[in-house]
Amino acid sequence: MASFDTNSDLLTVENLQTYFFTDAGVVRAVDGVSFRIAPGETLGVVGESGCGKTVTALSILRLVPDPPGRIVGGRVAFEGTELLALDPERMRKMRGSAIAMIFQEPMTSLNPVFTVGDQIAEGVRLHQGLSRRAAWEKAVEMLRLVQMPDPERRVREYPHQLSGGMRQRVMIAMALSCGPRLLIADEPTTALDVTIQAQILELLVRLKEEMGMAVMLITHDLGVIADTAQRVVVMYAGRVVEEASVRDLFANPRHPYTQGLLDSIPSLEKGAGGRERLKAIPGLVPSLLDLPPGCRFSDRCHLAVPECRAAEPELRQVGAHHRARCIFA
Amino acid sequence: MRGLLKHRGALAGTVLLLTVLAAALLAPVLAPYDPARVPTDLAARSMRPPGREHWLGTDLLGRDLLSRILYGARVSLLVGLAVALLTAALGAGVGLLAGFYAGTIDAVFMRLTDAIMAFPTLVLAIAAVAILDQPGLLALILVLAAVQWTAVARLIRGQALSLREREFVSAAYALGARDLRILVRHLLPNCLAPLLVSTTFGVASNILAEAGLSFLGLGIQPPAVSWGSLLSEGAVYLTAKPWLVIFPGLAISLTVLGCNLAGDGLRDLLGPHPAG
Amino acid sequence: MGLLAFALRRTLQLAPVLLGLTLIVFALQALALGDPVRAAMGQRGDPEVIARIRAEYGLDAPLWAQYGRYLARLLRGDFGRSFRQQVPVADLIVERLPATLRLALAAMGLAVLLGVAAGVTAAVTHGRLADLAMMTVALVGISTPVFWLGMMLILLFAVTLGWFPISGYGEGDWRHLVLPAFTLGGLHVGYIARMTRSSLLEVLREDYLRTARAKGLREGVVLLKHGLRNAALPILTLIGIGLGDLLVGAPLTETVFAWPGLGRLLVAAAANRDLPVVLGATLLFALITVGASFLVDCCYVVADPRVRFAGGRR
Ligand SMILES: Nc1ncnc2c1ncn2[C@@H]1O[C@H](COP(=O)(O)OP(=O)(O)OP(=O)(O)O)[C@@H](O)[C@H]1O
Ligand SMILES: [Mg+2]
Repeated sequence: MASFDTNSDLLTVENLQTYFFTDAGVVRAVDGVSFRIAPGETLGVVGESGCGKTVTALSILRLVPDPPGRIVGGRVAFEGTELLALDPERMRKMRGSAIAMIFQEPMTSLNPVFTVGDQIAEGVRLHQGLSRRAAWEKAVEMLRLVQMPDPERRVREYPHQLSGGMRQRVMIAMALSCGPRLLIADEPTTALDVTIQAQILELLVRLKEEMGMAVMLITHDLGVIADTAQRVVVMYAGRVVEEASVRDLFANPRHPYTQGLLDSIPSLEKGAGGRERLKAIPGLVPSLLDLPPGCRFSDRCHLAVPECRAAEPELRQVGAHHRARCIFA
Repeated sequence: MRGLLKHRGALAGTVLLLTVLAAALLAPVLAPYDPARVPTDLAARSMRPPGREHWLGTDLLGRDLLSRILYGARVSLLVGLAVALLTAALGAGVGLLAGFYAGTIDAVFMRLTDAIMAFPTLVLAIAAVAILDQPGLLALILVLAAVQWTAVARLIRGQALSLREREFVSAAYALGARDLRILVRHLLPNCLAPLLVSTTFGVASNILAEAGLSFLGLGIQPPAVSWGSLLSEGAVYLTAKPWLVIFPGLAISLTVLGCNLAGDGLRDLLGPHPAG
Repeated sequence: MGLLAFALRRTLQLAPVLLGLTLIVFALQALALGDPVRAAMGQRGDPEVIARIRAEYGLDAPLWAQYGRYLARLLRGDFGRSFRQQVPVADLIVERLPATLRLALAAMGLAVLLGVAAGVTAAVTHGRLADLAMMTVALVGISTPVFWLGMMLILLFAVTLGWFPISGYGEGDWRHLVLPAFTLGGLHVGYIARMTRSSLLEVLREDYLRTARAKGLREGVVLLKHGLRNAALPILTLIGIGLGDLLVGAPLTETVFAWPGLGRLLVAAAANRDLPVVLGATLLFALITVGASFLVDCCYVVADPRVRFAGGRR
């Protein structure tokens, strides 16, 4: 078991296991995931669709839909507090104030029947005990902070009157309104137009600098990570397969899956403009109900040998701050 | 687990309905007494509580309640089914035409049904009965069908509206098919599932409507017997002889419950149609 | 678009419906008056009465002229005179209307309160025993004839337990209202519970509820403020339709409880073949239904901003 210097961490996730108990069987969406985030640090979490990124994030906030999902093991510590052992009321108070989250789908993540101002002010009033008036002013201020054009007018509008990019700005304003120490951004740009994607990312980077919180940035796209994160966790089928600093990972990827991901970035030099979804790795993500024996990546891996299918490799140290789950690493 | 319970519910509903239907058909065999016969020892037999001789008790004239309920089932079910069939035929016909031709026909249809549906069905039925002055069984069935067909027609219209945009309709046109053929061969079969579901629920609401009218003394008239008219006769003695009210009402409730369960089951089985 | 503008537009849209309503009632009247002797209820009809009816309804004029005359009289609030009681129908209606409205509103209030509570409970306990129990009770409630339910309530709560009076208006004493309101609303508790459950279950899957939870809101706030508010539209629709359905039960409930409302007026008039009263009460029931659905439409606009901006429902 990996041991961390827990004291200096903002967030420690250790051997987290979150399963979904469905009619078809037990889906081990997150299966023994460990990582940590230091205060003020940006950690990138990458992996193909369905590998468990969102479920990991929801587990940290204890928002996994139950039923069918349940956190069945592991620990999550935030500033030394064991979140999984916290009573529900104290856990609730952490959400939105200490740890905030931005979701993948800006189009559906805002409540259609309330104005954006109401939705931002709601959290502020709850956590900071501001008056209705002061909370409303805070909402306008937050909209200005996220560079929403004409914030005094927009604050009174409903989500359906805003474009996708503007809605994501509202989500960011809402998440940051109570000054969280950790922001979980779950693919904040995937659903947006390419041009808007770059703007939102730049906004996130700038706000992070200004406010000094830590960010857990979830994405499909290694290119996004290169611009923003210090460290990266690569996930595959519910597991962490590689963890390294951004520099190490890009210079010297050790897991064949990471190498595949890197090869599939069209052109890193071209910048934010021309990225596409990952696609170059042959084969399909295996079903979590029907995983290959041994290494979970073995049936898509060009290096695979019989040994890979005999037993799953450990996540082992392959450099100073570099770990990978591959016998060739 | 829920799926299983749902199926069990649908099964229970079907069994319930079949039982009631069988009881109605076999009434002459099953009924222990002649439902209309007033016994000679009337004084001794009038309004007897449920007991060994009369399982469900007797009414004012000493007639056996069980036998009357069994025979009443025939009229109640007949009205329920006949009105449902008429409603389905009328509703499907008008609904298909309105949905298929759209335009003016549809606009007139919508305004007309808007207006009819503004009247609470029972109120309209009461007014019609008052004007017809003691209608017989057939007239009663026609009155109920006249006030109940609009909901079915609306449902089928919606169905037809969306179906006419589908490829197979233009394909049929391309092959030279004519309107009538398209209506009957292509649209109608695709409306059958929702029609069946709504008809099942319809039987329930027709039985309730008949019972309501008869309870008010405006439906089935003596000497004919229906569950509603039994309730009407018994209501006067509600506090003193409650069985006269309890048992006919149970018969209605169980039958309607059966229809609703079967309807829910059919709807699940045939796909998500907004019926009922 | 503001509520006022919306209300105005809906009112204009109502015109054809109102015209249709009156046309239907007029058609019934024309049908009945085709044989004025019978219509006058005198199987022993004397020629004088018949002549008076002919003159009053202008039966010698063409139908369209009769309809025009009918509309003109309605607009003046003239619903004709009762054949039986020789008083204006409008007076009878005005006398009976408050009792019916009181009963209908109490019944709907009760149905909404109980139905929404049961539906929310069922949705939150989705698939578990409480859900199943709620839905079973709702289904049984839907399957019970209104008037029979009323009589069973009388047997249990009035005769056996003696908590409430058996029947009557009781000069507005609330205890007289309880059983009739339960009777009339009972059916709708079931409908509203089922609708609340299914639409809330749909809303519970929405992303914005997760957002609300991620904000740190209490579960109750998430469900009742963010959830129910979004599930409200289909429930409102049902209430709009339900008010019409509720009035279906009014003649029955009022008869069971000897409640001096419009429904009993209608039933008694129907039994007596008092045509003007029957038609007047029938028309009024329809007007109440239309009025109720108009109010519900306005609630729509308040409840959902998207409807407001789209400028109407559907
Ligand atoms: N409510 C649920 N019920 C059953 N299985 C679920 C549920 N939610 C997620 N899963 C399973 O968990 C796995 C991980 O899902 P997750 O949403 O975390 O993927 P992801 O990495 O965020 O993918 P994406 O990039 O598409 O967002 C998926 O395979 C999915 O099948
Ligand atoms: Mg995701």
